[in-house]
Amino acid sequence: MTEIFGVPVAVILGQLMLGLVNGSFYAMLSLGLAVIFGLMGVVNFAHGAFYALGAFAALLSLQHLGINYWAALVLSPLLIGLLGIASERLLLRHIYQLEPLYGLLLTFGMALVIEGLLHQYFGASGQSYPVPSALRGVFNLGFMILPIYRAWVILVSMVVCFSVWYIIECTRLGGTLRAATENAPLLQAFGVNVPLLVAVTYGGGVALAALAGVLSAPVILVSPQMGSSLVIVVFAVVVIGGMGSILGAVVSGLSLGVIEGFTKVIYPEASNIVVFLIMALVLIVRPAGLFGKE
Amino acid sequence: MRAANLFFLLLGVFALCVPLLGIYPVFMMKLLCFAMFACAYNLLLGFGGMLSFGHAAFFGSSAYATAWLATARGWDAAPAILAGVAASALVGLLVGLIAIRRRGIYFAMITLALAQLIYFVCLEAPFTGGENGLQGVPRGTVFGVLPLKSDVLLYYLVLAAFVAQYLFIRRVVHSPFGQVLKAIRDNEPRAISLGYDVNRYRLLAFVLSATLAGFAGSLKTIVLSFATLSDVQQAASGEVILMTLLGGMGTFFGPVAGAAVVVTLQEYLSEIVGGWVTVIIGAVFVACVLTFRRGIVGAMAAWRRSTPDG
Repeated sequence: MTEIFGVPVAVILGQLMLGLVNGSFYAMLSLGLAVIFGLMGVVNFAHGAFYALGAFAALLSLQHLGINYWAALVLSPLLIGLLGIASERLLLRHIYQLEPLYGLLLTFGMALVIEGLLHQYFGASGQSYPVPSALRGVFNLGFMILPIYRAWVILVSMVVCFSVWYIIECTRLGGTLRAATENAPLLQAFGVNVPLLVAVTYGGGVALAALAGVLSAPVILVSPQMGSSLVIVVFAVVVIGGMGSILGAVVSGLSLGVIEGFTKVIYPEASNIVVFLIMALVLIVRPAGLFGKE
Repeated sequence: MRAANLFFLLLGVFALCVPLLGIYPVFMMKLLCFAMFACAYNLLLGFGGMLSFGHAAFFGSSAYATAWLATARGWDAAPAILAGVAASALVGLLVGLIAIRRRGIYFAMITLALAQLIYFVCLEAPFTGGENGLQGVPRGTVFGVLPLKSDVLLYYLVLAAFVAQYLFIRRVVHSPFGQVLKAIRDNEPRAISLGYDVNRYRLLAFVLSATLAGFAGSLKTIVLSFATLSDVQQAASGEVILMTLLGGMGTFFGPVAGAAVVVTLQEYLSEIVGGWVTVIIGAVFVACVLTFRRGIVGAMAAWRRSTPDG
């Protein structure tokens, strides 16, 4: 059981585990994108920038205010979510009547501003965030070593993804949200404050990105450009999964992370582009995406 | 109309006199190359209604092809440029075949992702020089006769190429092909019901735009003597969108005006404000989308219409 294709099984499993961790981030980010797109028809290009902001909020609050990881896990998404609501009220709400392309362009500009500001204040080099002491160490599973923090990331993202699915599909708030997606003017006629709902949804989607940012802070270097290439991969994930369904976003996010991890073992040179290749392939075979309806 | 003619006449005289006015010719050549890039992009976005977020892939792939052929293979400028243009046409065909399967924002995300794929190829392929790119590309000669060392001579050649491409794009847009393209942009179901093979028109427009963007990329490589990752990366795709948006998409002269503003800003602003350039470009983007969607030329045209005697 020790080797497959001349690669030790423990190494393969380790990479798959890493892939699952990355997949958890893809899943959380594409989930936020899907929720925002579903209600607002805006593809949020600034998602990667908000992800980076989440990580920076955790890092800075630790360095300057001594706020620990557990508090940051709650406070940072809250803070960035409020920032999201503010930017929706100030900027995004002016473009809903326009073509959806303008939403992409506007959020692209927002991403440039945010990343440029982070770059200006914190430089291009990455900073590390310590793994909280309770989550240090490893589980020895016999056939492989599993760092506790990685297991924690996967667990949290699963819980979060499930909660979002539950809120949208099984609660009254989710029902209102889906009604707004179907027919916002009618819902408003029933006395629901739709603009508020939209703002809160955008804030929620952005908070999900920020939460992913905090979770990722201890496993990667926190840097201003950490989100800019990630968001492109997440776009590809969204194209593959189809933006309509929550399940699609989560499943394709996780599985693409695993495929990427597997590619790192067998052909490392292709690991950066495998997601894009799969996207091209899916588009040729099934242009609507794996879970999309068209 | 008379005012516009006078403007173009003055602009033409200015362009011809640039070397006499003491303006750095390399800067003007760079500006013209990016203006060509933006015009090529505008053909797709402004007249075809397709928002590509990955046009740097075509600009960059031809820049790299030209640079590699001119350095590693010792090709002369003209054949190297031709081969670079052919390379971008091929990349454009491959990307276009996949991307035109979806519309709107999906189209934008697909072009963005495929361009990122090409970026990684340029980063990791054995012959592209990795992080450094390809430096020291020789300028070569004009068809083996005149050496291109002189900036002034090269400037006039680039100017001629720019004018040729500008007139070519005007011709394309005013041709029956261009009219059908605009019809598809404005009302696709109607164009289909009239019997047009919409996807063929869209693909042709995509490849044409990619090819012309490639022409700009090749020229840029010859002018500046290098091809680097900044030619293929996402930021370059964003800049060309900004140039088109700022100048006025769907107008002929808009992208030229937009490119002039953005390239000049980058050239001189970066000395004054340093790293703030990205923030400023982002803010201009946001401001354009919110308040200035017609762009410079579009706004001027609207203003002229509102004052008929002016």
